[in-house]
Amino acid sequence: MTMAPKLNKAKSIELYRDMVTIRTFEEEVRKMFSAGLAPGLVHLYSGQEAVGVGTCAVLSADDYIASHHRGHGHCIAKGGDITRLFAEIIGRRPGYSLGRGGSMHIHDPETGNLGTNGIVGGSVPLATGAALSAKLRGTGQVAVSFFGDGVLNQGILFESMNMAALWSLPVVFVCENNGYGEFTEIDDVTAGRPYSKRGEAFDIPSGKYDGMDVLVVFDAVSKAVERARKGDGPSFLIFDTYRYSGHSVGDKQEYKDEKERQLWESRDPIQKMAKAMADMKLASKRDLEKMDEEISATVVAAAKEARKMPAPGADDLTRHIYAP
Amino acid sequence: MPPDSNSNIQSDRIITLKAAVLEAMVEEMESDENVILIGEDVGAAGGVFKQTEGLFENFGTGRVIDTPISESAIFGLSVGAAMAGSRPIIEVMFGDFLTLVMDQLVNQAAKVHYMSAGGFNVPLVLRTGIGIGGNLGPQHSQSLHSWLAHIPGLKVVMPSSANDAKGLFKAAVRDNNPVIFMEDRMTYNLVEHVPTGEHVIPLGSAAVKRKGVEITIFAISRAVHTALAAAEILLEEENISTEVVDLRTLAPLDIKTIISSVNKTGRALVLDGGHQSFGITGEIAATIGELTFDYLDAPVMRLAAPDIPVPYGPSLESMMVPSVDQVVAKVLTMFGGSV
Repeated sequence: MTMAPKLNKAKSIELYRDMVTIRTFEEEVRKMFSAGLAPGLVHLYSGQEAVGVGTCAVLSADDYIASHHRGHGHCIAKGGDITRLFAEIIGRRPGYSLGRGGSMHIHDPETGNLGTNGIVGGSVPLATGAALSAKLRGTGQVAVSFFGDGVLNQGILFESMNMAALWSLPVVFVCENNGYGEFTEIDDVTAGRPYSKRGEAFDIPSGKYDGMDVLVVFDAVSKAVERARKGDGPSFLIFDTYRYSGHSVGDKQEYKDEKERQLWESRDPIQKMAKAMADMKLASKRDLEKMDEEISATVVAAAKEARKMPAPGADDLTRHIYAP
Repeated sequence: MPPDSNSNIQSDRIITLKAAVLEAMVEEMESDENVILIGEDVGAAGGVFKQTEGLFENFGTGRVIDTPISESAIFGLSVGAAMAGSRPIIEVMFGDFLTLVMDQLVNQAAKVHYMSAGGFNVPLVLRTGIGIGGNLGPQHSQSLHSWLAHIPGLKVVMPSSANDAKGLFKAAVRDNNPVIFMEDRMTYNLVEHVPTGEHVIPLGSAAVKRKGVEITIFAISRAVHTALAAAEILLEEENISTEVVDLRTLAPLDIKTIISSVNKTGRALVLDGGHQSFGITGEIAATIGELTFDYLDAPVMRLAAPDIPVPYGPSLESMMVPSVDQVVAKVLTMFGGSV
């Protein structure tokens, strides 16, 4: 059985690096969109990095994740290739789907990524089913289902949680509550608080945590994954977080309160981790700045490379409709 | 009905279609431990129509999984399990309940292989009972195969006979794509010679179930039997030689066999148990018109269930199923009313 990773210096640096990579990646995506390079919809993960990074840092390479429409961060945190991610988002052939899926349809079998997803709640049973398969085949793998607060009101979540609890499946339900379902505040459309009661209804250990603190996320998910690996079944974790950008790029967010935005930005997960690392004497300010510069150079170079990549050819249109 | 041309009769054993599918399931579960069965009452109860009897006892809870009544998640979990390496057979008790499965079927299962550029396969079989009969009313009598055949990425299989059912089911389980296997409940107890052991019929191969030279009736599932009965009457009473082609799978569709039959007979009637409008009868008629218009001696005709919810009471319900008499009458119009 896979050993749970320990939070040591190397792991702390990895958490920080991954969060900065995602933030930098999303800023490049924003630029690509503004430059007219991303032809479709993109939903940025900026602000929510701690949840994806703190969760995936607990997982092994062959564990599964299933993501959602705001999923670039999950793909990166699980070990995806940022050049191929950029390429997919701008519709280029070396992308994960040959440029045929875009931001909301990125699957990566190499990293156990069952895909970002365009249907709210659509990926929840995929993660749960991967967990069922892992359990039946005795592989020791765990699956994480990432979903947003909007899924709290989708029936498929309840059907999936019921079976996960009933059969003690090795799945962790990770709800990223960023406060908004598209343009609507989640509290305006959701009954039954705290929302963790939705998990408790199935006797699933459930809790609400600070999703702006990667160490809190890492700790909560570590316990849930350990429980899953031991065969004790699912957990339901709600992480309160915030998306800095709109629902998709181009959304001016006129529905958001400026004070609310400032409050959440003051709790920025990257700055918080930087401070924690300085406090723990794991890295100096200079070390972190150097790291930021390196990451920025890597991400910008990847974006540049992706921009040079070719579009798919006409023969790519009809590939992979059916598996051989 | 003559035995399938692709099959090799190894014994004189005659079994029902229901037993043939069960036998296929047992054999595939024995040969591949990743094949699992999942659905409502498929385990301890042995299926509401006894169609999975004995599997639970043979394979246990790790292979045969009784579920809550949650069609969407039963199927959704199966898609995830298939992506992770299992090969689920999912039973959806009534084809009408496919409406509850649509997101996971259409948006997820059908597109995963394409979206992942071949990275993930979704090898699963969704088995469901369809068709009119038994006075089950508007929500338990539909045949929604045309909806599914419309979606790229899905395969749709509809056997008419026991022999085909076994061979097609085995092919479906071994296929690396989502396959919808639809059985008309009124065919469950039809009997036929079925080979023991290995017997696989490739998906996408139609079968000429009766040879003829003046008209072809294309049908699928239970409608094949209506076509065969009509063909017999047409020969005896009208001296019309009718070919009957059982499509067996809608997706992939065996266009080659369709066209070569029409090229020979010059007339085509398409028969189906689903509603007529926007259904497979129109699709096949259009395909014939596009590809072999010059060989036609008469317009392609259609006969299907009327565009009406399937009523409950026996007197009205029976009016929904295209009858042998209706087929004979329709064929006669294609010969100018007389030969």
